[in-house]
Amino acid sequence: MNIIVITILALCAIGVAAAIILYFVAQKFKVYEDPRIDEVEEALPAANCGGCGYPGCRGFAEALVKADDISNFNCPVGGAAVMSHVGGILGHDVKAADPTVAVIRCNGTCDNRPKTNIYDGATSCTIAASLYSGDTGCQHGCLGLGECVDACNFDAMYMDKETGLPVIIEDKCVSCGACVKACPNSIIELRKKGPKSRRIFVSCVNKDKGGVAKKACSVACIGCGKCVKECPFDAITLENNLAYIDYNKCKLCRKCVIVCPTNAIHELNFPPRKEKPATKPTAATVKPVAAPKAEAKTEEAPKAKPEPKAKEAKDGTSDNK
Amino acid sequence: MLKTFSIGGIHPEENKLSAQSAIQELPIPKIATIPIAQHIGAPAKAIVKKGDEVKVGQVIAQSSGFVSANIHSSVSGTVFKVDDVMDATGFRRTSIIIKVDGDEWLEHIDRSEDLVTEITQTKEEIIKRVGDAGIVGLGGATFPAHVKLSVPPGKTAEVLVINAVECEPYLTSDHRVMLEKADEIMVGIEILMKALEVKKAIIGIENNKPDAIAHMTQVATKYSGIEVCPLKTQYPQGGEKQLISATMKREVPSGALPIEVGAVVQNVGTAFAVYEAIQKNKPLFERVATITGKSLKNPSNWKFRVGTPVSDIIEAAGGLPEDTAKIVGGGPMMGKALVSVDVPLTKGSSGLLLLAEEETARKATKACIRCGKCVSVCPMGLEPYLLMVLADKKEYERLENDAVMDCIECGSCSFTCPATRPLLDYIRLGKGKVGQIMRARK
Repeated sequence: MNIIVITILALCAIGVAAAIILYFVAQKFKVYEDPRIDEVEEALPAANCGGCGYPGCRGFAEALVKADDISNFNCPVGGAAVMSHVGGILGHDVKAADPTVAVIRCNGTCDNRPKTNIYDGATSCTIAASLYSGDTGCQHGCLGLGECVDACNFDAMYMDKETGLPVIIEDKCVSCGACVKACPNSIIELRKKGPKSRRIFVSCVNKDKGGVAKKACSVACIGCGKCVKECPFDAITLENNLAYIDYNKCKLCRKCVIVCPTNAIHELNFPPRKEKPATKPTAATVKPVAAPKAEAKTEEAPKAKPEPKAKEAKDGTSDNK
Repeated sequence: MLKTFSIGGIHPEENKLSAQSAIQELPIPKIATIPIAQHIGAPAKAIVKKGDEVKVGQVIAQSSGFVSANIHSSVSGTVFKVDDVMDATGFRRTSIIIKVDGDEWLEHIDRSEDLVTEITQTKEEIIKRVGDAGIVGLGGATFPAHVKLSVPPGKTAEVLVINAVECEPYLTSDHRVMLEKADEIMVGIEILMKALEVKKAIIGIENNKPDAIAHMTQVATKYSGIEVCPLKTQYPQGGEKQLISATMKREVPSGALPIEVGAVVQNVGTAFAVYEAIQKNKPLFERVATITGKSLKNPSNWKFRVGTPVSDIIEAAGGLPEDTAKIVGGGPMMGKALVSVDVPLTKGSSGLLLLAEEETARKATKACIRCGKCVSVCPMGLEPYLLMVLADKKEYERLENDAVMDCIECGSCSFTCPATRPLLDYIRLGKGKVGQIMRARK
């Protein structure tokens, strides 16, 4: 009986002693953590996608709290709303970053770009790209094995079986950039969403000379430079037989789309044109030039019925500058 | 008991269909497409331009660094253009395209068949001449030969190991060269021995070529210091480190070069090319390749000029069989599928293998069952199943720690995997990335 009591007492004594030691050690090695980090993390969308450039939302929250100026930080998933909330917590002013969205810069569908051989190796674009140049004559375009789709954590992409190309679901895309990193041929790009999601971009990354490119793919950019000459805003540059539209300069006038002889320039979410120019007569290309300044407004007019009209128009103008 | 390397290895079906076919000369092409990068290392710089007249053996692209090799014209005619042309893997690379007109050789090239045994050049002259002649390792890796002959200061070569193993199934070009040019090879080996200042050379030949072993052993008696070492047939015995392990019983440490254990390895075809370069003034612009395949009419060995389109050699061997599903450049284990028959043959083309549909069909990849077969066959003692997972998960630091850079890409793991997992594809990917990281760190 006595032994049991002594044992229990001894154990209690050891327990208390250990607790006291642990308490002081914990005090000594305490790490101070800014409580705002938790708060900011709470405000973030917890997607842990890495689109901000930090390893997960916690890392981003720590960086935000540490920073003196958070205007260069952006959470692509949360967008302006989340960033202004974070700004509120940290007491910073936040300028809303322009929302971006991923676009596929390749239009080499099975019809446009016939297959010349068959790849039967591991289902990974990175491996395919390191081994060979794709199963068509174009060595730059989409390899079609869907590594970008696997990389997307937001179900915003799928492979179109018919075309063999990935498709981006714009509503779900948060522009985290995971697909951009995944694509070994760099055909995916984050572009400004543009007013009413209207965008113009060159849907081709083929740097081959015109003849070679055209032979491999009927919708390849052949580097003819017509769009460069046509663009009134100097938004298009030609490098390595490939045109590129700078979205900061582009005013969405769509003249380049009309002059492109291979239809390599794509326009998205525009209302249908009244009359489509036949092939490429000069008369047709001149027509839209007639109203260059009024372009944006006239286009928006038919669609802009609902109430957020004013807001969107404002967004649009800020985008264009 | 025959010698072989110490760990791993497999024995795929040999299929040496063309072993009995003597080397024939392929007709000169009408248009030769000569890539300026036919070796590991920096691509050469083209020094001819459109309209230039060139002769056979003339330098048309100059080596652009230490690990680089000259490119010589294999034909005579007019340079049609210097342009990006599709290579065997489909990527566009700079090539010199020559319209062939006759067959005019540079005068100083000795075209006679006479055997010249006397070696007059000094060590330095030999190494320089080997470099000038654009000789690269003809086993397939195309590493510039003069680099291997330049032993780094502080190291000494003890033994020259000649790789006549030809462990890849199907290929027989080295086998035929040994049967037909044994004396020339021996002189070539003597030249290499002089350049390396070694007294001993071992020629490793697998025992699936008994006629070559007998012939070479007999010829070698005329030359001092050269011995033939018959080896047990096992893949990948042609790997440098495996060959050293088999012939010398020495193990090259991880990350080190063969010179670390006093060995220099050269391919038997390279020895022949060295003979021609030193004794005949003939740079490397032609070599022997095997064209083979089970449904091919005439599996055979051909001496071709660099730049000849693949279609020519297929034509010479009886035309493309209808059931061909894949044309592999090189052997079935390490070769790569070609994207087109219009691509040119190069210094590295040791063979062409035409595979029928049923031979090439890939089976569906299943989950790893942890059977450990890949580990037991890996000749480098690696753990391929683990490396594949790490490469897939982009764990490059762990890949490096697990010695991914030791992988010799022999493909034994993928060959043996019962779950048909593409182990090598992923390991190669990881190797590339880790290599990039390591270079960036330097």
